[in-house]
Amino acid sequence: MLAIFKREFNSYFTNPMGYVFLAVFYFFSGMYFSMILKYNTTDISYVFSYLFEVLMFIIPLLCMRLMSEEKRAKTDQLLMTSPVSITGLVLGKFLAALAIYALALAVTVVYAIILTFFATPEWAVIVGNIFGSLIMGAAMIAICLLISACTESQIIAAIGGLAAMLLLWMIENAASLLPSSLSWLGNILSQLSFASRYDNFCNGILNVSDVLFYISAIVVFLFFNVRIIEKRRWS
Amino acid sequence: MIEVKNLTKYYGDKHAVDGVSFSVKQGEILGFLGPNGAGKSTTMNILTGYISSTSGTVEIDGYDILENPIEAKQKIGYLPELPPLYLDMTVQGYLSFVYDLKKCKIPKRQHIDDVCRRVRIDHVQHRIIKNLSKGYRQRVGLAQALIGNPEVLILDEPTVGLDPKQIIEIRDLIKVLGERHTVILSSHILSEVQAVCDRLVIINGGKIVADDTAENLTRRLSKDFRYIIRVEGPMEEVRKVLEGIPGMKEVLYNGEKEPGVHEFSLESDPALDIRREIFRRIVGRSWVILSFHSTEMTLEDIFLMLTSGDSASAIKTLEASEEDDTTTEQKPAEATHGEVEEIQVVNPETGTAEDVSKPLEMPKIDGEAKPKMNEDGGEE
Repeated sequence: MLAIFKREFNSYFTNPMGYVFLAVFYFFSGMYFSMILKYNTTDISYVFSYLFEVLMFIIPLLCMRLMSEEKRAKTDQLLMTSPVSITGLVLGKFLAALAIYALALAVTVVYAIILTFFATPEWAVIVGNIFGSLIMGAAMIAICLLISACTESQIIAAIGGLAAMLLLWMIENAASLLPSSLSWLGNILSQLSFASRYDNFCNGILNVSDVLFYISAIVVFLFFNVRIIEKRRWS
Repeated sequence: MIEVKNLTKYYGDKHAVDGVSFSVKQGEILGFLGPNGAGKSTTMNILTGYISSTSGTVEIDGYDILENPIEAKQKIGYLPELPPLYLDMTVQGYLSFVYDLKKCKIPKRQHIDDVCRRVRIDHVQHRIIKNLSKGYRQRVGLAQALIGNPEVLILDEPTVGLDPKQIIEIRDLIKVLGERHTVILSSHILSEVQAVCDRLVIINGGKIVADDTAENLTRRLSKDFRYIIRVEGPMEEVRKVLEGIPGMKEVLYNGEKEPGVHEFSLESDPALDIRREIFRRIVGRSWVILSFHSTEMTLEDIFLMLTSGDSASAIKTLEASEEDDTTTEQKPAEATHGEVEEIQVVNPETGTAEDVSKPLEMPKIDGEAKPKMNEDGGEE
């Protein structure tokens, strides 16, 4: 697992992908942060709430290569015939993408520190926000990783990932369109919304159910990922 | 070391591998032969745990590949058909990754340098794999299989894409490796298999059709007697005399090879040795025999016999020749007798003694064999 993590992490920096991801993230988060400074507020939540839309587009790009490229280049033959479990393989890749994401997110700590020069920010809210972004991003990575494992093409993985992200973003709107006779379905759907749960974090609410929601999403999608790879051996 | 029992693999309803069983002893080099789509790569992929069999078991040094995958895989070095290389890494970085992946215990730097020296890639260690030629990539793939000194090496067409000098180097390397490792090697190049392997397994349509040394296969399949003879004398009369010999089944005229010297291909009844009689009759008419030799089967002939359309008869010949191992379905003497006629190494029109030593062209797969192949003719 460690070997796979190391290789994937390094490969983000031997390819442009890692740099592009970090650059895009830093650019947009920096842009929103400069707005805060302009409006003379210490409410950094503003930055985080806008991050959702940014992540929606760049996380599929971060994950598109991870599984699909192995299959296309047949390097999965090496991984699958090595003394590594499939769980280790999936976890290694997941953690590598998560590490890059964490690296990107770390810049918000710098923003918070900059704020301390002007006023005393609410540290609890900031920590809650960072934590929320981290686990929500991790759940997004788990979903995009699964989509990447389903195809041999990076492009399809990226588009599929983007579609899934859009779905999660709009799921609440979709739920509100349902007729009232199907309100139970609408309730279920809106519970699955990534965006509204993320808003809770941004509003400074640390809800155990939200944390559990993201963590269970991570576990479920990683589990599916392992099963899909396992299944491929048997077909 | 390797025990394969009753391996079967379906792709959908297509039978890719059908009841394959064989075993490989420690330090043995086994050649795995078969036409495209015969199930070679599928079998190798199952052996290494890349895909699972529909039924049957594989044991590597006592560890089942499905029940103890980690232990079993630790003992295997695998070079697939397409070397599994990360093109964006350097050779050194890649081998170091493989080293970590296989959780090796030997000193790292030294081991990687050692492996690179053995496959002669030490001077490209710091280059990015993307920029290497096919031959070098193949060797990096081989180096990858050697990392960790695994006891079993499974090599799927290891010399593809190499130049003749490299092929000889890799062949010698495999021979050296065979002293310490157990090697299974598939190849299309029959001379290579003959040069390197202790034993051959020939597979066709997902089934094993032969499992023996090359010498034994030649001996067991060459049940007929075929000779090439050059006689100085009047062509028509010589022919009549030859045809008159009891036990002679066919006399083919190959042409006048030297002024007044005629060449014939003879095929005789396997039950009789007619060589003495031929000599006596020719010499009795005061003609001169300038050359007289029997034609040996090459590995190409064996391969073609066992994998072409008439393979069923050749397989029966093989089965019949197994003295100890008699199964119920065998039709020993009669069956053997019938097939001999189908073996035609010498072309009746143009065939000469020289032609016999040349490899024959690949046979056209007939309708009967086709359903066993992949639809696209590729290998699984």
